[in-house]
Amino acid sequence: MTTATLHDVRFIEPEKTRNYINHDFGVLSWLLTRDHKRIAILYLFSVTIMFMLGGFFATMMRIELLTPEGDVLTSDTYNKFFTLHGVVMVFFFLIPVIPAVLGNFILPIMLGAKDLAFPRINLLSWYVYMAAAVIGLYVIIVGGVDTGWTFYTPFSTQYSNTHVFGTTFAGFLAGFSSILTGLNFMVTIHRMRAPGLTWYRLPLFVWAMYATSIVQLLATPVLAITLVMLMFERAFGVGIFDPALGGDPVLYQHMFWFYSHPAVYIMILPAMGVASEVVAAFTRKKIFGYKFVAFSSLAIAFLGFLVWAHHLFVAGISVYSALIFAFLSYFVAVPSAIKVFNWTATLYKASVSWQTPMLYIMGFIGLFTIGGVTGLFLAALGLDVHVTDTYFVVAHFHYVMVGGVVMAYLAGIHYWWPKITGRMYPEWWARLAALLVFVGFNLTFLPQFVLGYLGMPRRYHAYAPEFQVLNVMSSAGASILAVGYALPLVYLIWSLKGSRKAGPNPWGAAGLEWATSSPPPKENFHETPVVTWDAYDYPQFLKAMGETQNV
Amino acid sequence: MMLSDFPLWPEQASSVAGNVDALFIFMCIVCGGVSLLTFILIFALAIKYRRRPDNELAEEKEPPGWLEAGWIITPFIIFMVMFVWGAWLYFRLARVPDDALDVYATGKQWMWKFQHPTGQREINTLHVPVNRPVKITMASEDVIHSLFFPAFRTKMDVLPSRYRSMWFRATKVGRYHIFCAEYCGTLHSGMIGWVEVMEPTDYQKWLAGGPEGSLASQGEILFQKYACLTCHTGDATGRGPVLQGLYGRQVELADNRVVTADDNYIRESILNPAAKVVKGFQPIMPTFQGQVNEDDLIKLLAYVKSLQAKGAKP
Repeated sequence: MTTATLHDVRFIEPEKTRNYINHDFGVLSWLLTRDHKRIAILYLFSVTIMFMLGGFFATMMRIELLTPEGDVLTSDTYNKFFTLHGVVMVFFFLIPVIPAVLGNFILPIMLGAKDLAFPRINLLSWYVYMAAAVIGLYVIIVGGVDTGWTFYTPFSTQYSNTHVFGTTFAGFLAGFSSILTGLNFMVTIHRMRAPGLTWYRLPLFVWAMYATSIVQLLATPVLAITLVMLMFERAFGVGIFDPALGGDPVLYQHMFWFYSHPAVYIMILPAMGVASEVVAAFTRKKIFGYKFVAFSSLAIAFLGFLVWAHHLFVAGISVYSALIFAFLSYFVAVPSAIKVFNWTATLYKASVSWQTPMLYIMGFIGLFTIGGVTGLFLAALGLDVHVTDTYFVVAHFHYVMVGGVVMAYLAGIHYWWPKITGRMYPEWWARLAALLVFVGFNLTFLPQFVLGYLGMPRRYHAYAPEFQVLNVMSSAGASILAVGYALPLVYLIWSLKGSRKAGPNPWGAAGLEWATSSPPPKENFHETPVVTWDAYDYPQFLKAMGETQNV
Repeated sequence: MMLSDFPLWPEQASSVAGNVDALFIFMCIVCGGVSLLTFILIFALAIKYRRRPDNELAEEKEPPGWLEAGWIITPFIIFMVMFVWGAWLYFRLARVPDDALDVYATGKQWMWKFQHPTGQREINTLHVPVNRPVKITMASEDVIHSLFFPAFRTKMDVLPSRYRSMWFRATKVGRYHIFCAEYCGTLHSGMIGWVEVMEPTDYQKWLAGGPEGSLASQGEILFQKYACLTCHTGDATGRGPVLQGLYGRQVELADNRVVTADDNYIRESILNPAAKVVKGFQPIMPTFQGQVNEDDLIKLLAYVKSLQAKGAKP
């Protein structure tokens, strides 16, 4: 058995067919498309622009924090920038990025389907996202918002004189885009699997997306309700959260985190799915403990709904309620630990390739582990009292959101880039970028753990002079990180023309997406594939490929 | 650069600080150790089993069940140690010692105001004696703030809706940061101050520095100003309940509920009197919402607390 057979294609002869890119031409053929692959490209453009916008706000914050005094931006501008950084990154980048870009493109192909179950709803989800983004951009242009991305009451309802209504409406709308994607994926996974593709043969990315869809469908409506209540209180003085009107401001925090904690899993579960795919492909091996990894996704989705009040340990809940939520928070750490150990164990007696996607995923496992274990610190009640609302929390969730989600996204975009575009990315530059991202990220956020334990509160425009050295380190790291993020933008665009053609299966990976041409045809496969192999079962996959080749 | 200009560990200045730090160090060792082991394993395995011409395809091996069980059960047991230790500390922080000194705090955009029972008022500075538990009862005038003492390893959100109490026992004389830890608007990062921990003798001297009457006596003046005395006459003829000896007692309400007359009950009864009407009385008291600010509420509270039942020992 040689690699040559690994690169063979079963279901298509690439030269004879048009692909999804050159099948139709013109702007309208993109804006009105119902092809999941083209919608993924639309999302790719949108989220990339939003990432750059969110990155701009972060850059300005890191420049401001070079000195203890608030001297570059005014306090109000700084407050608006960290708010907009959070709003843009959470609602317009992290939540949609992996499902709407990588999931949209690859999930139907992984299932052997021609498209998602509801192609028009898929397009609608992009338009809803764009409407929300346009309202968000309008808010930024007319003056921004300064409540923090969490919109805590009564500040957001009674005291802020910025554009709270517009921003919360944008968040409300963006939620529907997320619900539509989740609905589409869930139905597609249930109804449109290829013959022979049983649940236990599904790639782990599909399991992860399925778990994500559950959270999107069940949690996002609660955000919508909460934001509507907030808008009503702000616009019409309906007393829900304002104590002067008989409301309770802590109720808002319960409702907000009932969505926003599970939202963390909307972001990280797809990232874990990418990690499983990349580890399997670059070790040419079944993921160790496939069923444990698959069900840990569902366990995370389920347990994620039971831990929201761990954001409220000093906010005004009873000690007994805190006790229960702390206890449950440790439960949700177990399935995450299972995944990390299983990925690591997969490397044993594997055939490990050190190509860029694998480098990113090795970084992902390390950074996600740090993000995860620092979450254990925050769940330790008496310790949380000291570190909550400090830079320790900022560092913790950036390790999960950026070290976890963004690293996995970059791994995924490199891994599937040949499939999406038909071209390879330049390996040397990509490895350099992966290294810069890893080093820059750690230099940015490791000092913030120390700052947090020293007591520097988050969302501070100016700070005590003894915190300066660590802040300068953090800003220096951020500049390296910025270069690391800018590089892929340049070389990936360059690769569209300048790089060599990929071929259907450049990695020699097992999976349906590697059994069609790169880029795939409009309908993904010319004939419906029949699956005879378990996920990542290389010998069986090769046998299936080989049989048709010989016919 | 002096090392003191660049600290890597926060000052330890309260009775719980050592314990919080011990838990933190324990978690750093356990979590850091496991993380480091994972990194080393990933790198070692990825190097040892790197792709070579003779291992283009990996060996397929099913995992032994005990291994999965091991790394589910072992972390869980370690997590439970963290949980119990953290919970024990949290309960310690929640239980205010009986002999604690009372201080009242008001958070408002963007300053901290502290009031002492002896009448001293201070802004963005808090004087406390060393080695004596101090209980801070606090509320916010506007948005949510959070009173944070990094050197004491404690903080608590300050709400506009009700009183909350936190406590600490400072163990080292000195001057330590006070921060607002909950984002509260434009000058959030300027809502800072200092807590001055003093020797008991110095503290007594500071207390002796001429206040304008105790907090309770200032409250008594307000009690007359707002004409509370018209109904709360202090005897059975009044249209309002007797307040003498009320604080801390069980009160039976018109709807037969029984509540404890604590700080929040008294606060609510001033701001929203109709919410909990005492059995045998009519809901005739007007609301003082918007008329009495948080500072004055604290004075009225101190006055009501000071009213002992007739014949009771002070």
